[in-house]
Parts: sequence; structure tokens; C-alpha cells
Amino acid sequence: MADRSRLCSVWLGSETGILKGVSLSRKQAFNFCQVSSLSRDQEVRALCWADPAESELLVGSVNGTVKTFSTEKGLFTESRSCGDPAEDGAFTGLAVADGALVTCVESGKLRVWKEESSVHVLEVDAGKSVWRMRQSPEHRHRVATGGKENGLRIWDLQRPEQPVFAAKNVRNDFLDLRRPEWVRDMAFIPGSDKVVTCTGHHEVRVYDPASPQRRPVLEAQYGEVPLTALALVPGGTSVVVGNTHGQLALLDLRKGLVRGCLKGLSGGVRALQCHASRPVVASCGLDRFLRIHSLEDRTLLHKVYLKSRLNCLLLASRDLEEGEAAEEGEKKEVKEEEEEEDEVWDAMERVEERGEPKRKLTGEEEEEEEEEGVRRKSKKKRKKGQD
Amino acid sequence: PCNEMDTIGTKGLNGLKAEGGQADSSSQGAAFPPTFSLSEVKNKQRRHLMFMKLKQEKRKQKMQLKKKRRKEREALGDKAPPKEVPKTIENQRVYDETTVDPEDEEVAFDEGTDEFSAYFNRLTNPKVLITTSDRPRGRTVRFCEQLATVIPDAHVYYRRGLALKRIIPQCVARGFTYLMVINEDRKVPNGMVLCHLPDGPTAHFKVSSVRLRKEMKRRGKDPTMHSPEVILNNFSTRLGHTIGRLFAALFPHDPQFVGRQVATFHNQRDFVFFRFHRYIFKNEKKVGIQELGPRFTLKLRSLQKGTFDSKFGEYEWVLKRHEMDACRRKFQL
Repeated sequence: MADRSRLCSVWLGSETGILKGVSLSRKQAFNFCQVSSLSRDQEVRALCWADPAESELLVGSVNGTVKTFSTEKGLFTESRSCGDPAEDGAFTGLAVADGALVTCVESGKLRVWKEESSVHVLEVDAGKSVWRMRQSPEHRHRVATGGKENGLRIWDLQRPEQPVFAAKNVRNDFLDLRRPEWVRDMAFIPGSDKVVTCTGHHEVRVYDPASPQRRPVLEAQYGEVPLTALALVPGGTSVVVGNTHGQLALLDLRKGLVRGCLKGLSGGVRALQCHASRPVVASCGLDRFLRIHSLEDRTLLHKVYLKSRLNCLLLASRDLEEGEAAEEGEKKEVKEEEEEEDEVWDAMERVEERGEPKRKLTGEEEEEEEEEGVRRKSKKKRKKGQD
Repeated sequence: PCNEMDTIGTKGLNGLKAEGGQADSSSQGAAFPPTFSLSEVKNKQRRHLMFMKLKQEKRKQKMQLKKKRRKEREALGDKAPPKEVPKTIENQRVYDETTVDPEDEEVAFDEGTDEFSAYFNRLTNPKVLITTSDRPRGRTVRFCEQLATVIPDAHVYYRRGLALKRIIPQCVARGFTYLMVINEDRKVPNGMVLCHLPDGPTAHFKVSSVRLRKEMKRRGKDPTMHSPEVILNNFSTRLGHTIGRLFAALFPHDPQFVGRQVATFHNQRDFVFFRFHRYIFKNEKKVGIQELGPRFTLKLRSLQKGTFDSKFGEYEWVLKRHEMDACRRKFQL
């Protein structure tokens, strides 16, 4: 289990409560779930890294629990209950700031939890409905929230009384009617204070807290159906958005034009993320597939069938996506771990059958192993220097 | 003057015909440039004749080849290679990775706890509300009435221009489990929205080839009130399973075999064919069937998660013609 979780470069949370790890180099998907206690109220709603070294994942479920999963060990190490789902709703955002856990729920309550306590240290009311909360990658104590009829607000957790920035709704339309607002996802643009949001009324807006105007600096429209997910391309000049029809578009933030569309999805997009170094974007959604598209030529690189509807997605920043990179990565890994645990690696034999579409069977095998609790030593021969 | 023109005309034609004949005979002997194709001949009659000759030649060669093969097969007797199976689009279907494996635990759990679990765990009985788009015309009205006889516990209501989003909470309050809306275009039904009620998926289909009871040949008497058996054919992928369960949940759990009626949903090449038959076993091996009831063809256009909300709802699957029709051997259901 530990070696399987170390291989995975993409982590996904599904509606059935199973945490899935995908290793793209080996084209295999693994299920990690707690011992045969599958139920719909374990549905994963939020995923985030617990530490910058990306050795632990925080998984937020519909029943209000936040579980910690260790990628080194391949197990769920702890679980804490953060709130009551009956009055709060499900998680819409998870973040870690200065060792404290920040959670946001659908009813608008933004809470900060300290280690091992079941009572929150800080609570902020972020409005009546919040559909997404995101943390700024540069200033870890800044979070942004937005929801239905609840505009974008940026909060500083050290000064929680007033939001740092509260966006104003755009001007009334030509009939002098109030334009409805529904923020569904947002992202902080690195290198400046700006925040880009996508709305349920198929608009993409860029806000600049540094400028005196509280209305959006840039507004662009795409499609006719709600935009559900947003991912910022590293570089900060373009953004990938996905809508409920499964259309993914690459929009340029300088003028607000559509640069191109990524094809292939057939169901609503639930989560999007761009990789930190390579120009690829991973998308997952209701059609039960994980797709990796290349941003340069907009082609589909990988497509993995994962049998449940997928809710959220996390990419590891390490570069283990492509086949060639994986070889080097494996070589590096082998060398590093050889230095550390030589005997363990020598003892392992390589699995003979590789690259077969046996994902379903491996998934079942995983679950069976976990259920039985028998740790069979999987024999894997790692031929050094050869793939 | 007319006569002269006529004679000139006929002479002209005769001349042409004679020339044509000569040309034909000479053309068979003459060498055509190798890039010659029949479509380059401008004269329709001559082109037609040449084409007929070409077809006859081809047919003759085909028959000769067939005869030769048959002789060889007979000559070999037992050692003859097995007969080749012709390639069909169903044979050549690209393997779909979402095909459901019956032993898969995760998919079984997913299906066991999805929106239809209430029906499949025998907690609810189906109750269907059938309505149409606003102001339906004759054919659609009759189609709805016939559908109501085929589906037990179905009620037809006139759509008084009401919004579906307002009808749905009222249906839920009255215990309906399905809302079926038949859309009409130019006096002919052409679409169907099937919404599973408490919070279930909404499927939008294109309806075509609707045949009412009057138009059926050799049909039997009207269907009785017995619950029919349901046959679901060829729903193999994950999406196919969801749609199959959607259809299955329309009918009550226990079919009444006394009624000897069966409703079939047959999926082939992403088209779902609905037929309603009455069967009778003549003896242990022979069955006679009579087709009753309406027949129609459905094609799935979109499957939306949640009750009907075409603007703000999330779609699980949307038909994107240009992307999905690119490969003729890949099917979704």
C-alpha cells in the first residue's frame, strides 16, 4: 500500500467516499479507502495538501470529518470531526495555514481549527451561502470566499472582523435590473493581488484589490451554462474554465478572449488543476474520467476511467506525469531510496504484468487486501536503469 | 417546314445512333486512357449502358469466384476452413472501458446507493405522470394515452403551459416517482424528458419512428391492466446501466405473468427500441408473439444529475455530435 501511494501523482476524491490515486506513468489507478466502510456520507468534498512537502493529504467528507491520509504510508492516519453537517452543509474548502486547519462550509461559516481540538478557535461568517473557498498561495493567511448572491470576499485570518476586499456587483443591465451573481470558483493570480473568479452565469471576472474600484477589472463570457471550475495556468496570463456541459476553455486574461477549447469531456466538470511546472491540466467530473490535456496543443494526453463520479482533484508538484519523465523519476526514486533503504528495495521483485488494463482488478485486490488486513509482501523486481 | 425539321431531326438522331453503335463497338476495341472513369461520359444513355455492362461483368466475376470457392470447399470436405463471419459494425465495436464488469465491487456499491436505490430496494412503487409540451395535437395525445395503458399506474395530465420546475415539487408531494414529458413538434412527438422524481437524474431523449396502435400490422387486442415483464437488452456501459435502470424503474417490481405481456427496451448502436408484445407458449419450444401497443425509438441526448434544470443543472453526459460521432464504431450506451 505504501509503495502504491508513493507512485501516485494525481489524487482524486469521489462521491462514493473512496480516495483514488493515479500513477500516470504506470497507467494504474489505486483505491484507498477505510476498511470496507463505504457509504455515501463519506463522499469527499474537499482535498488539500497538509504540508508543503506534500506527504499528507487532508480529505473533507460530507459527514463533517476531515481525515488525514499519509502518502508515505498509504493509510488514513487520523480523523477529526469539524462541524455538524446538518446545520452547516458540506465542506466547500479546506486549507492549512500556520499549522491550523481552515474549513469553510456551505452555510458560510469559515472556521479555524487548532491541533487536536474539536472546538474551533476562530469563526468568521462569510455570507449566507459559500460555494468555494480558496487559499492564496503567496500569503497563506489570506482566503477568498464566494457563493450564490454572495460576492467575492477576501479574508485575512489574522484580522477576521472585516474582509480585506469585498467585491461590488456589476452595474445594472440595460433594463436597470440587478445582475444576479453566483461565484463558483476563484483563484489568486501570483505576482499581484488580483483574483479571478468564474460564475454560475457563465462569466469570468478579474478583481484587483489594489485598485480603488471594487467592481471587476475584466469581465469575459464563455458558453451558456454555469462555469463550475477554474484553474490558473502558471504564468498568470491565462485560465482554464470548465462548465456543466463538460466544455473546457482556455481564456486569456489580458483581453478576455477564448484562446481554445479542450475536447473530450462528456459530463460536468467538477475540478480542474494545472500542473506547477509542466503545461498540462488535469480535469475530473461527473463522467467518471480523469483527463490530462496538454495546454500547448490542447490534445488529450491521458484518460483514466475511475468508476465513481469524481468531486475533487489534487496534483502532486513532482514531475511524474509523462512516461520519459517517469523513468527518470523512478530512477531517481530508486537511487534515493536505495541510499536510504537498500535492503527493502533489493527484496522487492517486480510485478511481471505491467501496463495491462487491469485497473478494476487491482482496485479490487487493494480493497480485499485492506479488508483482510494481511500485508502480503508484493514481490516487485525493480530493474535499475531499465523500465 | 416542320416535316423537314422532323426528318432532319430523326436523321440526325439516326445518325447519332448509328454512330453510337459504331462508337460502342469501336470503344470496346479502342484503348481508354487509364484514368478514364464512367462519370466522364456526358451522354446519359451511353453512360448508363456502359455502367450496366460493367455491373454485369462484375457480377459474373463474383459468381465465378463463388463457384470456385464452393468447389474448393466441397473438395476439402472436413478439412475446409470454417466459414468467415462477415464484419458488422456491432462486431467491430471499439471496446468501451466503461463497460461494467459484473463482479466489480465499486460499481456495485455505486449502483446500490444511487438515486434508484429506493426503487430497487423495494421501498417505493413507480407512479408515472405523463404530460406533453404545451397545446399538443392529435398524434401526441393518442401516443400519451397509449403509453399510459402500457405503463401501469401512469396518469396523463394536460400541460396547461405550466413550468416543469413548478410541477416537480407538486409531483413529489403527491408521491409520483417519474415525470415523463413528451415534446411535440409539428403535430408529431419528437422528444421525451424522463425525470426520476425525488432527486433523480433527468434524461432527455430524441423520439422517432412512433407507430400508434392503429398503424400496427397483425396486432392483438388492447393491453390489459397486468404489469408487464421488462426486457432490457444490451445496456453494457456504465451510462447504459444508468439508462437501463431508469427504464426498469418505470415498471412495478413483480410482473404478473398471467397477463403474458412484455415490454422490451433494446439498445443497438445507441438507439433504444421500445416494443410491447403479448406472448403465448404453444408448447415447450414454440412461442407465438403479437405486437400490441405503441412502438418508438429513443436516442439519448443528455443525462442530467438532479431533477429537471436545463440551465443550471449539472450534466452527467451530453451528446456532442461532432466529437462522439467521429468514430463510427464507438458507442456510448
